[in-house]
This record gives sequence, structure tokens and C-alpha cells, in this order.
Amino acid sequence: MATTLRVFRWSEGDAERFDDFEVTAGPETTVLDALVEVQRGSDPTLAFRYACRVGMCGSCAMTVNGRPRWTCRTHVSSVVKDGRLEIGPLENLPIIKDLAADMQPFFDKWQRAKGAFVPSQTRNDEIERIRPDSAARIAADAAIECINCGICYAACDTVRWNSDYLGPAALNRAWTLVNDVRDGANAARLQAVAASGGCHACHSHQSCQELCPQRLNPTASIAGLKRRTMWAYLKGEI
Amino acid sequence: MNVRLYVWQRLTAALMVPLVLAHVAVIFYASRKGMTAADILARTRGSIAWASFYGAFVVAAAIHAAIGVRNVLTEWSPLEDRGAGIFASAFGALLLLLGARAVAAVVLP
Repeated sequence: MATTLRVFRWSEGDAERFDDFEVTAGPETTVLDALVEVQRGSDPTLAFRYACRVGMCGSCAMTVNGRPRWTCRTHVSSVVKDGRLEIGPLENLPIIKDLAADMQPFFDKWQRAKGAFVPSQTRNDEIERIRPDSAARIAADAAIECINCGICYAACDTVRWNSDYLGPAALNRAWTLVNDVRDGANAARLQAVAASGGCHACHSHQSCQELCPQRLNPTASIAGLKRRTMWAYLKGEI
Repeated sequence: MNVRLYVWQRLTAALMVPLVLAHVAVIFYASRKGMTAADILARTRGSIAWASFYGAFVVAAAIHAAIGVRNVLTEWSPLEDRGAGIFASAFGALLLLLGARAVAAVVLP
């Protein structure tokens, strides 16, 4: 199937523009395959990011026909409209060049949300026994498979309106750690996500849930954080 | 929005749910009975119950609306948290003043 890729182009010092490229896409051709074909066959200066090509690394997310998607697992045939695909970088992030968004603000917010595991024991202690059917572990497991692709962050209206907002991925990560009984930093974590720009800024639009390629539900994780922080506040713990 | 504002906004919303329902019921009752302004004032003037009911309503509405306006301003205007907080506090104070004036007009003897 002949397909026209309308590709966003920008580099520092240049004006923004779109370039059109013709590619032939089969039923199994992914959007990333099509971009690689353009880069190898038509324009080697086209910049975009990818690594694993199998939906594990979260590197290749871009805006495809107006929606953020993981391009390595999105077939051209499933998103093409009238033989055309418009491809841009992820929204809500600075652009490095062409289709490569700068993920720095996204990961800075993971840090602000205390997204790093803080062990409460040492290697000399007994290994913590965690029942897979415990309520906390079930809640953590439901949110744990995030691949940091940034699609939820790009899809989020609240991130667009409020640059201070931590965003769905960072809050979803915080929720997994709040439910990890081994973690020793939950007071500081709840404090961080209960501050201005934290979980209470979420409007529950659920774009993150709708577009998450891992089919996670960050909105539900954020709702959990809202409840947990509210009780912690009422008890005077934060 | 932080957890403190979130709790205040939810608490005032929860308080206003029964107050709104009772207020609507009062409106229906007064209009169905064909009550005049003089009839209504005869019941409300000097009434601690009506003063408490609408006084609580005004306080809850002023807090709830001010927090909501603050959120709208931080997301949709160039104002940062501090500027939006000052504007929203002034808006809440205005609502409180106007509401208190209205309540006083119907309950003071």
C-alpha cells in the first residue's frame, strides 16, 4: 500500500516544517519500519529515537495522526487515513530534533515524585516475604509494567495546562512504591505527591489510560494516591 | 492544588450536597404555596435555624468556589500559584461578603 508520510522537521536555528515521503507499507509494516525506510532510503538526516523495536524499551513513542503511540508496535495499516500518516514528536516535551523529544522533564518529574526505590533493609537481613495475593502487592502489580515511553505524559491535558504537574507516569510509579512494603521512603513520597503539582492536580480525563500501550491505568493509580495522601493528611502524617 | 486545598474543596462539596437539596426543596415549597416575600421574611427573621443553614451554605460556597477559581487560574491564565491564590482569596472574600449580606437581609429582625 502506497503511503505518504508527512513528517515534522525541526532543528535548532531552522523553522518548523513538514516533509512528505512516499513509502510502501505492507500489512505488517510498523510506523517505525516506515520511518527507518525513509531514513535509509530518502533522508539520512531525519532524526528519531528507537532501540528494541519490540515494545519493551519505550524509546520510540511519537505522535501519529494526532495521537501519541509506540511506533514499533503500531501497524501503518491500523492508523493510516486516506493513504497518509502525519508523524510528529511527543507533545508536552521539548524537541531535540525532528521526531526526537527531550525526555529530561519527564524523568525529572520521576525524581520529584520520589520514583526511586529506597530499601528499608540491608543485604544482611532476611528476604522480605511478600504474598502475591496481598492487597498492596495486587495494587503494585497492576501498575508495575510501565516502560517509561512518555505516551501518557504526552496525552495528558493537565500536563499541557500545568507545567508543574508531575504527570501520569511519575505518579503511577509512586503508587507502585507506596504499595511496596519493602520501601522505606513513603512518608517523603506521599509528601512529594501531595504538594502543588502532585496527584490532586489530576482531572481524571483518563487519556493516559486510553492510550497507554501497556494497558495500565495511571488514573486509577492517581486516585489511589489521592485517597492515601488525604488520609495521611487528616491523620497529620504529612 | 495540594492535599490541603483538595480536602477543603471535597469537604465543602460534601457539606453543600444536602444544603443544595434542602435549598431547592425550600424554593419549590415557597413557590407551590404561593408565598409572598412578606410571608417568607416572617418565617426567616430572627430564626437562628435559617441563619445557620444559609450561613453555612455561604461559607461552604465561598471556600469551594475560591479553590475552584484558583485551579482554573493556575491552569488557564499566566498567573502562578501565589498570584492565583491572592486573586482566588479575594474572590472568596467577595462571595462571603455578598452572601453574608444576603443572609443578614432575611434573618436579622
